[in-house]
Amino acid sequence: MSTGAVGRAYPRLEGPAKVTGTARYAVEYPVDGVTYGWAVPSAVVRGRITRIDMTEALASPGVLAVVHHGNAPRMAPGPQPELRLLQEPTVHYRGQYVAVVVATSLEAAREGARLVRIDYDTGPHSTVLTDDHPGLYKPDQVNPSYPTDTAEGDFDAGYAAAPVRVDATYRTPAYHNNPMEPHATTAQWHDGRLLVHDSNQGASSVRATLAELFEVSPESVRVVTEHVGGGFGSKGYAKAAVVLTALAARHVDRPVKLALTRQQLFGPVGYRTPTIQRVRLAADTDGRLTAICHDAISQTSTIREFAEQTAVYTRSMYAAPHRRTTHRLVRLDVPTPFWMRAPGECPGAYALESAVDELAIAVGMDPVELRIRNDTAVDPDQGRPFTSRNLVACLREGAQRFGWADRDPTPRARRDGRWLVGTGVAGSSYPARARPSSARATARPDGSFLVQINATDIGTGARTAIWQVAADALGVPPELVEIHIGDTILPTAPVAGGSMGTASWSWAVIRAAQALREKLRDGGPPTGEVTAEADTTEEVGGQPALPRYAYGAHFVEVRVDADTGEVRLNRMLGVFAAGRVVNPTTARSQLIGGMTMGLSMALHEEGVLDERYGDWVNHDLATYHITGCADVESIEAYWLDERDDELNPAGVKGLGEIGIVGAAAAVANAVHHATGVRIRELPIRLDKLIGVSDLP
Amino acid sequence: MQGGGENATTIDERHSSRVTVEVNGASRAVTLDNRTTLLDTLREHLDLTGAKKGCDHGQCGSCTVLLDGRRVKSCLVFAVTVDGRSVVTVEGLAGPDELSPLQAAFIAHDAFQCGYCTPGQLCSARGMLDEVSRGWPSAVTDDLNTPAELTDAEIRERMAGNLCRCAAYPHIVAAVRETAASS
Repeated sequence: MSTGAVGRAYPRLEGPAKVTGTARYAVEYPVDGVTYGWAVPSAVVRGRITRIDMTEALASPGVLAVVHHGNAPRMAPGPQPELRLLQEPTVHYRGQYVAVVVATSLEAAREGARLVRIDYDTGPHSTVLTDDHPGLYKPDQVNPSYPTDTAEGDFDAGYAAAPVRVDATYRTPAYHNNPMEPHATTAQWHDGRLLVHDSNQGASSVRATLAELFEVSPESVRVVTEHVGGGFGSKGYAKAAVVLTALAARHVDRPVKLALTRQQLFGPVGYRTPTIQRVRLAADTDGRLTAICHDAISQTSTIREFAEQTAVYTRSMYAAPHRRTTHRLVRLDVPTPFWMRAPGECPGAYALESAVDELAIAVGMDPVELRIRNDTAVDPDQGRPFTSRNLVACLREGAQRFGWADRDPTPRARRDGRWLVGTGVAGSSYPARARPSSARATARPDGSFLVQINATDIGTGARTAIWQVAADALGVPPELVEIHIGDTILPTAPVAGGSMGTASWSWAVIRAAQALREKLRDGGPPTGEVTAEADTTEEVGGQPALPRYAYGAHFVEVRVDADTGEVRLNRMLGVFAAGRVVNPTTARSQLIGGMTMGLSMALHEEGVLDERYGDWVNHDLATYHITGCADVESIEAYWLDERDDELNPAGVKGLGEIGIVGAAAAVANAVHHATGVRIRELPIRLDKLIGVSDLP
Repeated sequence: MQGGGENATTIDERHSSRVTVEVNGASRAVTLDNRTTLLDTLREHLDLTGAKKGCDHGQCGSCTVLLDGRRVKSCLVFAVTVDGRSVVTVEGLAGPDELSPLQAAFIAHDAFQCGYCTPGQLCSARGMLDEVSRGWPSAVTDDLNTPAELTDAEIRERMAGNLCRCAAYPHIVAAVRETAASS
């Protein structure tokens, strides 16, 4: 008995709190006797701390302590070695946090950190990814648990025999997540119990990690994440800030607040690995793909293996009888790369969707039509039919909305004064997954309901979406439903990541609501509170392994200054098929947010590493450019009405990453159409296009 | 490894100042370490955590407040330099009972996601609209002899100092445009 809340464009529930400044983030809670922590990064790449001189720091007014490997409370060894901070003198990468200064004020803590003198023994380092690095190896699997390599048919023979071939290598730089709120924590120990207010994407897993590291029971750790200022993957699990803060608070036996500086976010909290990707495509003269190969190289650290699943996108996107994908990795003296919005799919789609554009030109075929010709109802990877696949519908509707039909495929055919104008297209897909969750629903005697789940709203609109789903599942107007999220005292729930938050949380909320309605039906109207809980572990685990994906199509028009090579976005339009849309307002924001980050990846962002220092030199927001308000002239997102009963009870596929996948390729393809120049190394800076006016 | 002890909690008097600032209409007097920025004064001393610290270097705009009516990045302003002056933060934008039209437009247009840059966007937009009403040109104003018309290009340019990683930009522009049109 739906009340029609799902599908309606409700404004965000926390909107009034966010526009009045009353929404509190991790280090904004008043705490009696609070002190301030300041992380000290290592100044060398690879080495060993030989001496820490704290004399000056400790003599500085307000400084309470310098916490370092020689005096820090001990932590248990665990599966995440990079979180065992301040436990040993070894330095694995430049910028690794090697000490924390605690003081009675922010100013004193910052000054104290400046005064800590550290001596190191250093060794040679290797920090630059190359395609012939001697350390390249084949990991056992790629993130999160995909096979490293796949092969079907005979790629080499199929490729050699084809009349049309493309062989191109694409490169992407390191990208840094840069949520507007830095990783930040307030930590308080009381009688062996730890309370943290933390900025993360999943408090349940952060609690588990803290309990493990500090060797206390999970019940004695509480993690609150009421409001989180973005994450984009970088806050996907417990990171350095929360561990350092808890460690420092234990050491000084006082509450500690610690926010990483913007500069400290470039590396140690994760980033998108640079990639080198060779894509080979072969087709017949009608544009039908006969062979596809995607070889991806990326980096990880010496501390932990993170293998970006760069070529996984290519396994299921387009069909061909001969296919091969490989991943190779090298361990460098760098921070461990980690999730950044659509890890794998995002850089992988840039390469594949660019190569498909190159193939369309080689065949002499419209790139929309070439993609439609190579559509497949059966997943080439799993060999099973997709539960739903509306790539073609996205391409057709996008082409119609964008006005693609009249496009002259000739590069440099359109000119508007000094500007060369071009258009580009790319496909997009992202897996639709769900993880087990639990939730609780309570009926109150006054007729209202309370729904509790430790979900996290990092800006996605999760709070509002779950509230809408809950109202429909309870069969009551949403005004009667109160929702509590973002606290480990609530039922355990999975991370806000992988575009599976809403699917996972809704599933548990719907089951809890159903159980509550059953109880109420049996017992009549409640005189006190009636509560029901649900845990979807068994149900989610028992779901058949089918290929479930969201799809999309990006259309982009750019203009390129013929003299300077400056690229400007005229318009960007995306059409997506992502199952049911719970809230059109927040859905649209998520999609245009992803598309804009794809634009940013294509034109603006680049971590520039200086091998002499083994670190990124442009580690702030003045020198690491992200797309700003003036860069986005027109951006539109639409979606198809899609129903897929093989997904989850809410029927959603997730919207967090589909918007970024393929977006950079659409921009690069448009730049090629405008200029005739194919940029295969992002970002597309003007120095790569300067002199474009001199081309024939 | 404890240093300083109890004495450390008191401010070093040689390097501190008594500062009186009018904040959101109320006079506030605090004794501050001279190194304290206006942003940290608001957040750590006055429990006004609306203004956000995104970069602490004046590069992101999250800390934007109005100082004597003009938008400033409060992380770049030392509190001792604003003694006797007037500050409006996001907490001071709403009326006693209702949101300002700008705040209401931000909600109606979904001009934010995570909300962390939002207080800065709001204060910046408020300051920017005042600049436009005074006829101040921007980098994209073609004709410097006539008052700038608030086109979308003008809004985008004038709001370009406030980064939003969630990229609510088109919705921010729509909210500002609507607010400007109705005032």
